[in-house]
Amino acid sequence: MTPRWRYWFLGALFLAVAIAAIYLPILRRNIRQAAKLQQRSEEQARRELTQPTVINPSDPKVKAKLFWASGADDGTVSPVTVELPLSNEPVLRAKQVLNTLLAGPVDTELRTVPSDAALLAFYLLPDGTAIADFSEALGTSTPSGIQSEQMAVDSIARTLEANVPKVQRLKILIRGQEVETLAGHLDLSQAFLVNANAVAGPRAAATPMPAALTRALTPATTTVKLTESPNKSATKP
Amino acid sequence: MLLDVGRFVRNDIRGKLCVALFVLALSFAARNGAAFSLSGQAGAPSAPQQTPPVPTPPQPTNTPPATGLNIVVLDPAHGGTDLGARGTGGIHESDIVLEFAAQVRTALEAQGFQVVQTRQGNANPSFDDRSAMANAQRGAIFVTLHIASTGVPGTARVYVMHDIAPGTDATGLIPWDRAQAPFVSLSRKLGDQVSALLAQRFKGSPAVAQTASVRQLRTTAAPAIAVEISSVTVEDRAQLDHMAPGVADAIARGAAAFRPTYVVPANPGERP
Repeated sequence: MTPRWRYWFLGALFLAVAIAAIYLPILRRNIRQAAKLQQRSEEQARRELTQPTVINPSDPKVKAKLFWASGADDGTVSPVTVELPLSNEPVLRAKQVLNTLLAGPVDTELRTVPSDAALLAFYLLPDGTAIADFSEALGTSTPSGIQSEQMAVDSIARTLEANVPKVQRLKILIRGQEVETLAGHLDLSQAFLVNANAVAGPRAAATPMPAALTRALTPATTTVKLTESPNKSATKP
Repeated sequence: MLLDVGRFVRNDIRGKLCVALFVLALSFAARNGAAFSLSGQAGAPSAPQQTPPVPTPPQPTNTPPATGLNIVVLDPAHGGTDLGARGTGGIHESDIVLEFAAQVRTALEAQGFQVVQTRQGNANPSFDDRSAMANAQRGAIFVTLHIASTGVPGTARVYVMHDIAPGTDATGLIPWDRAQAPFVSLSRKLGDQVSALLAQRFKGSPAVAQTASVRQLRTTAAPAIAVEISSVTVEDRAQLDHMAPGVADAIARGAAAFRPTYVVPANPGERP
């Protein structure tokens, strides 16, 4: 190899190294991003597909009562009145109030449900039993403990009670599945009685309904018609 | 003669064979020693060896008297891979409740109770297994211990189950998933006793028991309470450790105060 070719070769080599030095960090970043995308759970994909219920400004504005933590640090929830355009259709209305509840209060200290939790689906059975399907974050991000878990369920149940009179009972699912507890303590295997007249104080907590009624809702034992929207009905196996 | 025997064993193949047979016989006899009667009837085999017993919940050492509350089933919640509530300082609910349980146990025993613990170490029995330990006892109460991840640090609360619609099946037995139903009012009495004592000791704690749908309580056929202490968020674990004697004393004294009001059912799992 002549010295001239040697210079060309070294030059090309240097150029390749320079390009690699620029390109490799970009490639590394892209690989990392791709890996992150792969890690996205099925639930995240489902959440993207499940469009959040949009509040329709043409709906009549009503004073909705949303229950967040009272701030007394005693596990109680208290109502906050918010003026919202709410649908008259119970399922849509329930979705609207629950999504507002999940969005959280102005004072984040009063939040009762985790900020990353999402309502995946909501069904209302003809007998007044509501089935609210939440994302996994409701279980994983709710602080573990009897008080905090009861407060999360209370805020959901009492918000439904105050704004959607047709809801009589509430069954909470996580990612479409029945789970034993919310975050290790609170029993989610039963449905909660929603429309009982609220009594002030901690003993007004959402009450589980008799197991006999709950069993009737278990998909494995019965076929039930689930009303998802006024013009649409689905059958859950 | 002994020398002859020694030579026979060393030099003769038959001698070696005899020694081997002798050793084999000795080891066989040692292994099956228990199978022979020790009452002087040498060679009489005992009853056939029994199969290993099915693991049962730990039983108290003494049989309780016919009436009265005698046993406390103490449940340190979580365990194993289930750490329960976790604090930023590396505090785990499952560890702390085990340490609390040791102190509660001592205080209860000082009040004359026999204590059955649902777990001793880092095991994680299921909710049903823990309930089964209480449901198998006669004249027991059930206390499950928890550390919250919320609440004012230095306070403690007692929870009892909501009213559950009672029900029986064709056999008249209490359905498992509603086992707590007949005991709710008794649980509330016990809960109020313990709450009052905790409120005296820990300022800011409620003086009456709260209601919550605690999974562990629902399947327990006995007066049952959940005691929750706040919280794992404390910066210094010593803050929680300082609470243990007070919590133990309140539970033990509350259980002792509850004892005269509880008429124990005739059989385990029966309605009170």
